[in-house]
Amino acid sequence: MPGRKRERLENAADLRLQSQLGEEERFWDLMRRMARENKTAVFSFVLIVLMVLAAVLAPFLTPYDENSMDLLHRLSAPSAAHLLGTDEGGRDELTRLLYGARVSLLIGVVPALLSLLLGSLLGVIAGYRGGIVDTLIMRTADVTLAFPSMLLAMVIMYSLGGGIVNVFLTLTLVSWANVARVVRAQTLKLKNSEFVEAARVIGVSKDKIMRRHILPNCLPTLLVLFTLNIPASILTESSLSFLGLGIQPPNASWGLMINTGRQYLYSAPWLCFAPGAAIMLIVLAFNFLGNGLLDVLDPRQKKQ
Amino acid sequence: MEEKILDVRGLTVCFQTAKGTIRPVDDVSLTVPRGSIVGIVGESGCGKSMTARAVMGLVRYPGKVTGGSVLLDGREISALPERERRKLRGSEISMIFQEPMTSLNPVMRVGRQVEEAVLLHTDCTREEAKARVLEIFREVEIPEPEARYDCYPHQLSGGLRQRVLIAMAAVCRPKLLIADEPTTALDVTVEAQILSLLERLRDAGVSVLLISHNLGVIARVCDYVFVMYAGRIVEQAGTEALFERPRHPYTRGLFRAVASLREGGDALETIPGVVPNLLHLPAGCSFSLRCASCRSDCERRLPALAETEPGHKVRCFLAEEGGAR
Amino acid sequence: MRRSIAQRFAQALIVLTGVVLITFVMLRIVPGNPIETMMGEHADAATVARMTAELGLDQPLYRQFLRYIAAAVSGDFGTSYSLGKPVSQLIRSAFVNTLILALFAALFAWTLGIACGLVCAVGKNRLPDRLFMGFSLLGISLPVFMAAMFLQYLFAFKLKSFPISGTDSWRGFVLPAVALGWNSAGQVAQMTRSSLLEALEEDYIETARAKGLGRFGVLMRHALRNAMLPVLTMMTVQFSSLLSGAVITETVFSINGVGRLMVQAIAGRDIPLLQGTSLLATSVVILGSLLADCLYAVLDPRIRKEG
Repeated sequence: MPGRKRERLENAADLRLQSQLGEEERFWDLMRRMARENKTAVFSFVLIVLMVLAAVLAPFLTPYDENSMDLLHRLSAPSAAHLLGTDEGGRDELTRLLYGARVSLLIGVVPALLSLLLGSLLGVIAGYRGGIVDTLIMRTADVTLAFPSMLLAMVIMYSLGGGIVNVFLTLTLVSWANVARVVRAQTLKLKNSEFVEAARVIGVSKDKIMRRHILPNCLPTLLVLFTLNIPASILTESSLSFLGLGIQPPNASWGLMINTGRQYLYSAPWLCFAPGAAIMLIVLAFNFLGNGLLDVLDPRQKKQ
Repeated sequence: MEEKILDVRGLTVCFQTAKGTIRPVDDVSLTVPRGSIVGIVGESGCGKSMTARAVMGLVRYPGKVTGGSVLLDGREISALPERERRKLRGSEISMIFQEPMTSLNPVMRVGRQVEEAVLLHTDCTREEAKARVLEIFREVEIPEPEARYDCYPHQLSGGLRQRVLIAMAAVCRPKLLIADEPTTALDVTVEAQILSLLERLRDAGVSVLLISHNLGVIARVCDYVFVMYAGRIVEQAGTEALFERPRHPYTRGLFRAVASLREGGDALETIPGVVPNLLHLPAGCSFSLRCASCRSDCERRLPALAETEPGHKVRCFLAEEGGAR
Repeated sequence: MRRSIAQRFAQALIVLTGVVLITFVMLRIVPGNPIETMMGEHADAATVARMTAELGLDQPLYRQFLRYIAAAVSGDFGTSYSLGKPVSQLIRSAFVNTLILALFAALFAWTLGIACGLVCAVGKNRLPDRLFMGFSLLGISLPVFMAAMFLQYLFAFKLKSFPISGTDSWRGFVLPAVALGWNSAGQVAQMTRSSLLEALEEDYIETARAKGLGRFGVLMRHALRNAMLPVLTMMTVQFSSLLSGAVITETVFSINGVGRLMVQAIAGRDIPLLQGTSLLATSVVILGSLLADCLYAVLDPRIRKEG
């Protein structure tokens, strides 16, 4: 994540504190404001919903079966019968794309959620406890962030082995550190705020302060992080699968489809470019949505 | 009358906004005689800074100067092409700003920033330019000029930074220096020093147009004062005449507010209401909404800026008729 | 200043140690004896045992770790299982290719990105601005492998203006570098644009204009230098993602670089090679960010005094 974006997320805590003093803006107010001000974000949201629907309803949207081979029609170009052509086994590319969306979306959402849980937990603990715990957690985060993400993912995938569960784990381990950093920074700011001070004075326990006061205040930030981590996960997975290190057949993510399609790049380029376009679209949509959320949360530095 | 360094006639600035056109500066005429300090006073948002900008030719998009003329030492400059205008800025007419903290480039040594002005407007070599910078630093009483030359802005105090900005504005010996709230961000002792610095610049031949919302500052250094309200000049007079015999209800209100502050009375006297939204100005006198002596036709007709005694002009029906108390 | 750099250096060293530790542990929790994997089914028990002892794999993990560190400091990263050559030697020849690729890509991305950002900021909301910003969005969302395959398909296969693969001449680097840098170019363009627009709103810009500087002078002498500070920070982060992307581009264009070596190491279950390559790549990133910090201190006098 670019440094500027992280900075803005960390600042969001200040803003929340300010808004608590003045008029309090509720979550849905924020969403409504985004819907009003940022058409691109709304459009992206609609696109994401449509993609999710398409993935869920795949069996009803296509007459073909995901895995049934048709060796008479191998590598046929896009036509009325096969809108995006067929692959090396004669399977309908569009059908595969729809089913692949299930895997790819799952790979976006699950690790993003897991890293959010892991990262915010460690971030709050580091920020609130301080001391040696803080140092340990944050140094580990530093080391994780020092790796080029792809390299770290490759090393972890190597030691865990392929398969979808291990992909989840790998992507979580790659992206928790960013979450932890942002949440820690927010925790530090919230820790010194008046209402936490007040809670401490009346004797609320540390755990309860973390659960009741600090984490809920980080929620909007976490939402942005979640939204921005999804495309990052999808991209990393597709790169891994592209190298043959990620999802293993018969599961098919878009990245893996590109991996197999690569052999036919010159004879059947649609096998690469169709799933590639799908990845681009979903990544773009999630990024727009995430940036839209960020702008609503931190309107001070809204892009000109 | 004495020679005019700056003669502004009917200056008007328009802003196109989504909700309509506003006029932050509306038909403003003012003059600065050679060798004097002239003040513009008014609340924030009354258009005084915008007037200064328009005189400098620095009105930013979407603002636009839509009318009037600006004569600098008898020469019409408002119609000059940008290229010609630029040559005047910093050499014949220069400006200093309100925020000494942020008005200097943080990544450039202050000496170089002043030097830049010299190099732009003269054929000096670097050495000559540096010598001139050190000379002006001494003139504006920056201690240890050689050491300060190599400082970055964050290493200097607010007062020193303002001195650097004044040095930058004065280094080419301009005919006119516009100071936009030069002391607002500084504390009181520094304020006094900066003001006496402006006075010494005036004595050295630089006429000054001083913009401030602070009547004390105005009273201390100005020879002549213009009072602005909602984009228009509502009263103008010699400093003494204005402070002794304010005519316009707004000017009086300003003075009463200051007086009640100074005397520490029970209640702070204020002018009721707020500066009107420039989008919804009344057709007549723009102060009518807040004016205690407002009459029915005040809101409909705009009073002219009429001379009540030599050198004292007021834009108010009441003052025209002999000035009701 | 000197102190803060020393501090950063110490920090970098700690992080580097952490990196070695993590890769070391990660790679050794893999189930199965790497020697057996390496020698295949034909290995007899005695040979496996002899090899295991020879490589010190029978010793406790912390001993192995210390041994590895000691050897690594003197430049010995072990011998590749699959290729039978010293890892340091393999890396050295591959590193040159990766470095050329990454530098080409960075050069392409940063010049293009800054130039586009400048044009966009100057002509805000005009046609070139909208056009370039649209392109930069495309750049940001385009995965590296897609960019690589698209360029390969269009320029090497269809138009035949560049070689499909190999690094016999500089022409071989053009497509991979563009594919690799595309992403960063978009990011830099956006950052330059927004950062410049922000800088142009600052008070000192007004001062500079009041001084008599023209639009161009203000932009070049005052706005750009301030605006480049956040862009520079971003470039550091990007160097890391360039190395990530290099793994992909090198695979697509068959360039014998560090990334491809890594992929080979994984395919051959070659622990020393994998460890060596990931260590090298990460060190380069850490070193890069250290350099950027120093550069930042040179450009921003406010930082210089704090340390």
